[in-house]
Amino acid sequence: MTLPFSQTADLRPLFEPAGVVVAGASSHPGKFGFAVLHNIITCGYQGRVFATNRNGGELLGIECLTSVAEVPAGQADLVYVCVPAAAVAQVLREAASVGIRAAFIASSGFGEGQDEQGAAHGLELATLASELGMVIAGPNGQGLVSTPVSLCAQFVGPFPPAGGVSIVSQSGNLASGAMNYATASGVGVARAISAGNATCLGVDDYIAWLADDPATTTILAYLEGVADARRFYDTVKAASARKPVVVVKGGTSDDGARAAASHTGSLATNDRIFDGMLRQAGAWRSPDIGAAFGAAAALAVHQPMQGPNVAFLTTAGGWGVLTADAMAQSPLQLMELPDDLMASLDEVLPPRWSQGNPIDVAGGETRDTIPNALHLLAAHPSVDGVLMLGMGIQSNTAALMRGGQFSQLDDIDRICSFHERQDRRYAEAIVEASATTGTPILAATELALSNPGNPGPATLREHGHPCYTSPTDAVAAFAALYARGRHLRLS
Amino acid sequence: MTTTLSEAESKKLLATYGLPVLDERIVKTASAAVEASVAIGYPCVIKLCGDGIAHKTERNLVRLSLGNAGEVDRAAHELLAQANDDDGDVELLLAPMIRATREFIVGADRTGDFGPVVMVGVGGIFAEVLEDVVFRLLPAEQHELSAMLDDLETQAMLGEFRGEPAVDRSQLLTVINAVGSAMIDRIDIESIDINPVLIANGQAVAVDALVALTA
Repeated sequence: MTLPFSQTADLRPLFEPAGVVVAGASSHPGKFGFAVLHNIITCGYQGRVFATNRNGGELLGIECLTSVAEVPAGQADLVYVCVPAAAVAQVLREAASVGIRAAFIASSGFGEGQDEQGAAHGLELATLASELGMVIAGPNGQGLVSTPVSLCAQFVGPFPPAGGVSIVSQSGNLASGAMNYATASGVGVARAISAGNATCLGVDDYIAWLADDPATTTILAYLEGVADARRFYDTVKAASARKPVVVVKGGTSDDGARAAASHTGSLATNDRIFDGMLRQAGAWRSPDIGAAFGAAAALAVHQPMQGPNVAFLTTAGGWGVLTADAMAQSPLQLMELPDDLMASLDEVLPPRWSQGNPIDVAGGETRDTIPNALHLLAAHPSVDGVLMLGMGIQSNTAALMRGGQFSQLDDIDRICSFHERQDRRYAEAIVEASATTGTPILAATELALSNPGNPGPATLREHGHPCYTSPTDAVAAFAALYARGRHLRLS
Repeated sequence: MTTTLSEAESKKLLATYGLPVLDERIVKTASAAVEASVAIGYPCVIKLCGDGIAHKTERNLVRLSLGNAGEVDRAAHELLAQANDDDGDVELLLAPMIRATREFIVGADRTGDFGPVVMVGVGGIFAEVLEDVVFRLLPAEQHELSAMLDDLETQAMLGEFRGEPAVDRSQLLTVINAVGSAMIDRIDIESIDINPVLIANGQAVAVDALVALTA
């Protein structure tokens, strides 16, 4: 069932502006007004770029205007504001007069420090938003990213690769954190926004818009509190009927139980109810940004799991043992392999394979062993997910040989190249078999950390597929895929 | 301002929403208690009840496993003597003694931030020690309520256990539904505790209940 959103603000001018104005651009590289203009230009924004500075002059190849009112009418949709709080209202009025429909306000001084003057400015913003008919993000936020138009309107890094994950954060740093994971993994980002004080647009406004945004396949939200829990619930529930929503909720440690006449009342802490509310809405909750991105990456790249049955394929024993332990703590099943699957595996695996799950080939693999086994497992109807462990080991050996004093020997180069081709082949088989069968295949190896250039993890990254740095992280991602499938089947 | 209903009144109210309860008798005197115990059989249980009495276990106002008329008579006298002036009108509640190994808690609360919520968890006297509880916002759909049981940490509480079969989840769902329906229907209900809910012979039964009303 697709639920309607009560009121969805139109955020297209914010995320897909035809032109952008930086109000309060600066020539000092240490200032926000420099960094944001720099990032917009160097990240290759496709629309027109304007900048204002009281003194005019040229900045990063742009002739600065002295006020937003000078921007040719209809040429820009978004103004990024980094002037002092007291000057913001004037900038917004001028922006509206030249047809600008969205603003991101980076400036602080809007009541976040509890001062009265700031609070008054904050109120003024809310009034202006409706008076001018503008959508206003921030204030006191880092900025926004929108890869479909190559827009990096933020005064911090990174500018992540393009992809389907969209990020909404009540903390600018954690928006950057999620984008850093995107950059590291190659699983890209569609939109990202730091909500700042969320004076006009709140987390639920962004989620509601992203739910219908075709560039967004998965939503990741970091929040510390919501103004209206019921509205948030309705929004997340409607959004997760369309696409996966992953939530990190901070501030759970100071959640004391209140004194209550009933047992239920004293057990009803905010965090417990929030947790139940997220499950009821169909969202996936993660404990931190790394885990959240891991879950979002799996949900963005793979189909939801149809059941709890996971098969492990490993080239070495220890991995399988630890992963089985992690699985035992989850709703997933280390599945028993059905007879017909055992029989077909027997045909492609070396004789000394483990004859069960985890499927350990015990170092006996030849050129096509792993790709063949991956295809067999993913294509079998009783397998809901496949975990590949031990990818990259051969290239890691090769790396040492290539760095050693005997690297010039002909045989060394030949064997190293073979090792590297093999790991690339494994990664390509993961991408291909999961795409053709719809069965999620996740890979885990810490080589993604220790040697990001290793052809195994590097090939996955090139394809925008996650490579988890520990089996435990991969199991958590499977759990998210399983919960998503379950939610879609039940609701 | 909150007022609580007596256990008997709480159960009566919730039974109209489908809460499964035992064959219970309310009496005022020890002799009436003896008479009632003959009717419901032994072993039986007697509790001292009243609108002013919320937590009976803490005050030692429950007598379990009474095996004959003499034990009932003695327990009834003891309990009536324990009533104090704050308790208001008191009465004795007699119920058949049932044995069950697994205890659950089902409740509801009207919260400021989230509105009405329903809860299920591991119950009994350790409910607030284990804190293994799961919430949903009300109103909720059936599949959302039944998923609550999957979210309990202590899944072993629901499975086969010491020769007993696994808990029939639909039995617990009946209790959750009764509590949820009452909460939605009666906006004057502030909170509900059903603790414990016992599973005896495959049937869920509310052994204690407490409804708090907004006065």
